[in-house]
Amino acid sequence: MKSQTHSSKHPAKLFNISKPNTWVLLTIVIALLMSLPVLVVGSAIFQPLNENWQHLKDFLLNEYISNSLILMVGVSIGVLTMGVITAWLTSMCEFPNRRLFSWLLILPLAIPAYIIAYTYTGLLDFAGPIQSQLREWTGWGYKDYWFPEVRSIGGAIAMLSLVLYPYVYMMARAAFLEQSVGALEASRTLGSTPLNGFFRVALPLARPAIVTGLSLALMETLADYGTVQYFGIATFTTGIFRTWFGVGDSATASQLAAMMLVFVFVLIILERWSRRRAKFHHTSQKHSAIKRFKLKGKMAFLAWLACLLPVLFGFILPALQLLYWVFTTAEETLDSSFFSLTLNTMLLAISASIIAVSIALLLAYGRRLHHTPIIRTGVNIASLGYAVPGTVIAVGVMTPFALIDNAVDSWMRDTFDVSTGLILSGTVFALLFAYTVRFLAVSVNAIDSGLGKIKPTMDDAGRSMGLSPLGVLRKIHLPLMRGTILTALLLVFVDVLKELPATLILRPFNFNTLAVRAHELAADERLADAATPALMIVLVGILPVVLLSRAISHSRAGEK
Amino acid sequence: MLKVEEVSIAYGNNIVVQDASLQLDKGKIGCFLGPSGCGKTTLLRAIAGFEPLLQGQILLNDKAVSNNQVNLAPEKRNIGMVFQDFALFPHLNVADNIAFGMTLLKRTEQKYRTQQLLEMVSLGDYGQRYPHELSGGQQQRIALIRALAPKPDLLLMDEPFSSMDVELRKELASEVRDILKHENITAILVTHDQNEAFIVADTIGVMQGGKLTQWADGYELYHEPANAFIADFIGQGVFIEGEVLCEHSIKTPLSIVHEKVPNGCKPGCKVNVFIRPDDIILDKTASLKATVVGREFRGANFMYTLELADGNKLLTLEHSHHHHDIGEEVGLSLDLEHVVVFANKAQ
Repeated sequence: MKSQTHSSKHPAKLFNISKPNTWVLLTIVIALLMSLPVLVVGSAIFQPLNENWQHLKDFLLNEYISNSLILMVGVSIGVLTMGVITAWLTSMCEFPNRRLFSWLLILPLAIPAYIIAYTYTGLLDFAGPIQSQLREWTGWGYKDYWFPEVRSIGGAIAMLSLVLYPYVYMMARAAFLEQSVGALEASRTLGSTPLNGFFRVALPLARPAIVTGLSLALMETLADYGTVQYFGIATFTTGIFRTWFGVGDSATASQLAAMMLVFVFVLIILERWSRRRAKFHHTSQKHSAIKRFKLKGKMAFLAWLACLLPVLFGFILPALQLLYWVFTTAEETLDSSFFSLTLNTMLLAISASIIAVSIALLLAYGRRLHHTPIIRTGVNIASLGYAVPGTVIAVGVMTPFALIDNAVDSWMRDTFDVSTGLILSGTVFALLFAYTVRFLAVSVNAIDSGLGKIKPTMDDAGRSMGLSPLGVLRKIHLPLMRGTILTALLLVFVDVLKELPATLILRPFNFNTLAVRAHELAADERLADAATPALMIVLVGILPVVLLSRAISHSRAGEK
Repeated sequence: MLKVEEVSIAYGNNIVVQDASLQLDKGKIGCFLGPSGCGKTTLLRAIAGFEPLLQGQILLNDKAVSNNQVNLAPEKRNIGMVFQDFALFPHLNVADNIAFGMTLLKRTEQKYRTQQLLEMVSLGDYGQRYPHELSGGQQQRIALIRALAPKPDLLLMDEPFSSMDVELRKELASEVRDILKHENITAILVTHDQNEAFIVADTIGVMQGGKLTQWADGYELYHEPANAFIADFIGQGVFIEGEVLCEHSIKTPLSIVHEKVPNGCKPGCKVNVFIRPDDIILDKTASLKATVVGREFRGANFMYTLELADGNKLLTLEHSHHHHDIGEEVGLSLDLEHVVVFANKAQ
């Protein structure tokens, strides 16, 4: 506590030009802007329900809710099983390739769920290589045999689990490594076998961290549009799309989105609660080297296999399939329009990441200089967007922007007889705004962790050695923050690259990104052609994963 | 009860414990004492079953638990252990922490014993608290009774007081000894603090560079140290050089000392004589003179450093009200009951 009051007091002297009021005002404005979409969507519950809602309630709503719930339960089971087991094995046991696996296991995070869905559809469909080979070997024909259908709710659970388990894996692994070795050894001296100790001590201690990882995975599950849409599963996100574009009823779409927010808030509360709990579950600061259980023979092989399977099915196989498709179609797909599409996407992603990181810097420095409750709350509200599905944000952006555009347009036409068209809602502006709302938290977290490493005493030390406040910023903060800022830029960049539903709703006419192109081609059953933009997304997506894996391997003192 | 026979332990190629042997009878408290890195914690962990042996064997109740064939798992040895960081389980309350190891007992018996133990350390109302709500001293007591709860044959304590401040340390050390004696527990303590060792243990093993060099009680360690390291490590004192005159006499700059000379030392051979502060008495009338060159105030007394005419230095402990200034010349005499002599290694 002491250090906190310290940090709020001392750097305040650093920028004496900045009065707390300026920061408070700035933070409140940003928080309001960032929460605008959620407020708009939330306010939809006060609007009267029309006949479309009645139809929705009578025929579709139950299906949306039950499908979304089934997906979340299924994905929970999937990510917990894969994530916790692999985290335990790579942190506590010794077996061949353990260190290799400890970072390979994060790789599936680089593949968006909709892309892995395309690859498995291509692999496992009736016309795919596996079923064709099967028919060739057995001589069976159509409908002579049963084969699991990928494009089903079970398939969607498998796809989402395969790319989302790294959230649980990373959180659980960090928690296992953080536990003092003493706690486990204590359980042994009190009569627990190693396995017993895992269930009675290690797992309960890691539980808050695991729940945090799970809630992040479930937020992604809830937000997923590409996979469920492609597999033809009716959920909230596809329902909102259908109501908005198919029925053309934006009010009902907003009401549906408002309902979805209830699920989102439950997940946010779950995440926040588990993060708070995790603080009490800290064991000692003493980091003696972990003595890993040496697995031998059959056990070592099973552990090796348990770590290989998620990587194989979550990354290697889909990546190989994508590569294969790219090679077979390269001549047609790698044309100038693809390069301009790539350039277009990159420019969009770079713009969005610069905006998000700039705002994050403002918020993070504001919080560092004036650690008041108002600013803290403001920053928390401004960074809630990570939990809100892109579909909901898009609806929340579209509605007010369209209102403003129409108002401006009619006023201009009445006054000057000039039509301004859609200034906000029909341009890249809406897209950039939505990206900022959705991914601000990513950059705030990254900046915060970097800023946390610059202790307030460093500012004081700089001043005591004759640096001006700006000198402190230039000579101490800038060099120390450079890596952090680049990381934050990269994280937002990749997230924008992968984003699908918000882009689909908000993009200007004839404006495309790699993700949208992949989605369109896949929807046209041109999976092989979709592979080129998809592979591009995956390749760029690997970059932050490599950063993450480096951070993980340095996460524990004494860990080599 | 516990027998350690010529045990060696290595981490990779690095031998950290070499040829350690000791024996501890039921109800006795042993102690491994030594500077950091001497291998004391490793030996303790080997007894617990956390480290495999390179050589030798460990027997508990005449049953081999560690040697080159067997390495019984820690949970099967019926030992209790108190860890340096206590290793209380943060997700369990105090009562559940204590009951953790009593899985064989019925629920009601567990509750009864837990309460009994809590009251023994005067923390009867703390069962529902969580570890992070306790002070360091309270956590230490809980860690101790958690280890005692399953009635272990042997209790191991790894630097259990090191995170306490000095005052609390002494208090807890004697409290722990009382509890162990009251419950008739066989125990081993690891520490680098000799005061702690003297307060708690019946038998102390001094460890140095991976070797257990002496296994004896505190009095014997002080007055009959097995080697120069122990003489220096336990208590205070200085070595002065002497020359063997005959089998029972050694000539030193102070006087002729009558003491059995080390084996193999012939007349004329150089030896080191260890002089403790309590061997020297300041005496105005004495003919032997020295100059005060250092003074350290210790409350009840002063520790003076004296320099003889030939440059040899001595330590002496005097009551606070015997006051001497630095540079002052004082007379001194020897009060030798038992002098420790080692062969001079330089020869």
